[in-house]
Amino acid sequence: MVTNDMVEIRWHGRGGQGAKMACMLLADVAGLEGKFVQGFPEYGPERMGAPITAYNRISEKRCTIHSNIYYPDYVVVVDESLLDSVDVTGGLKEDGAIIINTPYSPQEMRIRLPGWAGKVCTVDARRISEEILGSNFPNIPMLGAVVQVSGVLDTERFLADIEESFENKFASRPQLIQGNMATLKKSLEEVQIG
Amino acid sequence: MSHRLSGNEAIAYAMKQIDPDVMGAFPITPSTEIPEYFAQYVANGEVNTEYVAVESEHSSMSVCIAAQAAGARAVCATSSCGLALMYELLYVAASCRLPISLVCVNRALSGPININHDYSDSMGGRDSGWIQIYAENNQEAYDNFIMAMPIGEHPNVRLPVMTCMDGFITSHAVENIELLETDVVRRFIGEYNPEHYLLKRENPLAVGPYDLSPYYMEHKVMQAEAMKAAKVRILEVAAKFEKISGRCYGLFEEYRMEDAELALVLMGSTAGTAKAAVDKLREDGVKAGLVKTRVFRPFPGQELARALAGTRAVAVMDKSEGFSANGGPLFAETRSALYDLKERPYLIDIVYGLGGRDVKVEDIEKVFGRLADIAVTGEIGPLYTHMGQRSKGGDR
Repeated sequence: MVTNDMVEIRWHGRGGQGAKMACMLLADVAGLEGKFVQGFPEYGPERMGAPITAYNRISEKRCTIHSNIYYPDYVVVVDESLLDSVDVTGGLKEDGAIIINTPYSPQEMRIRLPGWAGKVCTVDARRISEEILGSNFPNIPMLGAVVQVSGVLDTERFLADIEESFENKFASRPQLIQGNMATLKKSLEEVQIG
Repeated sequence: MSHRLSGNEAIAYAMKQIDPDVMGAFPITPSTEIPEYFAQYVANGEVNTEYVAVESEHSSMSVCIAAQAAGARAVCATSSCGLALMYELLYVAASCRLPISLVCVNRALSGPININHDYSDSMGGRDSGWIQIYAENNQEAYDNFIMAMPIGEHPNVRLPVMTCMDGFITSHAVENIELLETDVVRRFIGEYNPEHYLLKRENPLAVGPYDLSPYYMEHKVMQAEAMKAAKVRILEVAAKFEKISGRCYGLFEEYRMEDAELALVLMGSTAGTAKAAVDKLREDGVKAGLVKTRVFRPFPGQELARALAGTRAVAVMDKSEGFSANGGPLFAETRSALYDLKERPYLIDIVYGLGGRDVKVEDIEKVFGRLADIAVTGEIGPLYTHMGQRSKGGDR
């Protein structure tokens, strides 16, 4: 766990995968727990499948900086195929970690991250989502993984608070709440830290 | 109450709390979410607003003008080319003395087409007779919008108010926010009881008729006087707002300016990033400070001159080009304001961040580095440059 005053997280995903939504949920829940938060997307060309970036700052004091994040503590890769086209570990702090949505182990993924000697964490968010929700929504399991790896929030409290957040978000589709909660819990258990 | 909202969510929520009579609604990125969220409040019966979905921004402002002229409170939101399409109507609203509340979610103007933040849209409307108030973050956007009606509707003012916030950087970023209770907001805003309006049975009047030269100039002078009066009113409203919120606002914010020798003048979210740079430099013993322009129209020239009087070197940072070949709009105002000082600081202009180009703490530190050199050598170098510009002659 990084013990700075401020934890900075950078999300890499593809348009339509919900990376932005997960980023916003993390900001909401961390804020609910009394932290100062920022959650914001960086928009390029808006289309399904295009690479997108989103950012979180979580701190004990209000952060006035409104630039993008260039030296994150954690990087979340919601789509493994981005490793071929985006410098996902760019600026990542040495004592931080990268968390990748993949069926492979941290040892297997390390080969694909030349120049990165820090922690590599993996979770098969696609499988978790497909098994529980019946379709591929990797964002919520990736949110669980980053909370587990970073320790930025207490996981028990996080689960209780996000359930409340889901109840607001999915007020018109309550059937989604239990499934998403299950993907979160599964991801918390399964994420491999290497 | 503490909450987490994006800038757009915060504005839509403020509108819900105010429950205006009419909204002229037309979407354009990045302001689209405001009429979207507000439409939900309308659909849920949470507000009594007449929500008028129109076919263009020209029409949304026309709806606001008609409604406000009829004695109602009208609001709308727009960005970029949407504001440009309202251009003619901005002047009509201001000269008819209709205190409409518009939220401008700032975005670069075409072309080339770009959806990200700079101030080229609202700077184009700076001479239209609207009050313009800029926000650093979601909290200030919310607070400024709640103050807009008490400012604009005052009998000494009667001018429309444009509440500006940075597109995406503020509008789409979720941050902590303190919201006021709805009954507190309603009491603060009060009822809108204009003295004259189109549908007043006892004294019907025409709005916006042809004005001949024997009267036109007098009307323009009255408008100009109203803009001067707005400066006083903005501070009165800010003082009242502090009582209900605990948050204090002036015409601009001075950050670590007490003994500052090197200073920035800038606006919006970059001021927050620059505050972090100032803090860092202060730790190293550099007497750095900044002035965040909040109210751009009316422009607080004399007050700004007083704030900068003790400095040695100042950089104005403009997030719009202006194409004057003599620096951006904030620079022109600031430079003019300093003219009457007996001893003026050295002054340069840095145009930056056009079309959403990101600005980092280190970028601001470099600007202070240049100011430190200027303070020592007395050589300002080029008067106006573009930060991070990659071609020959840029990146100073």
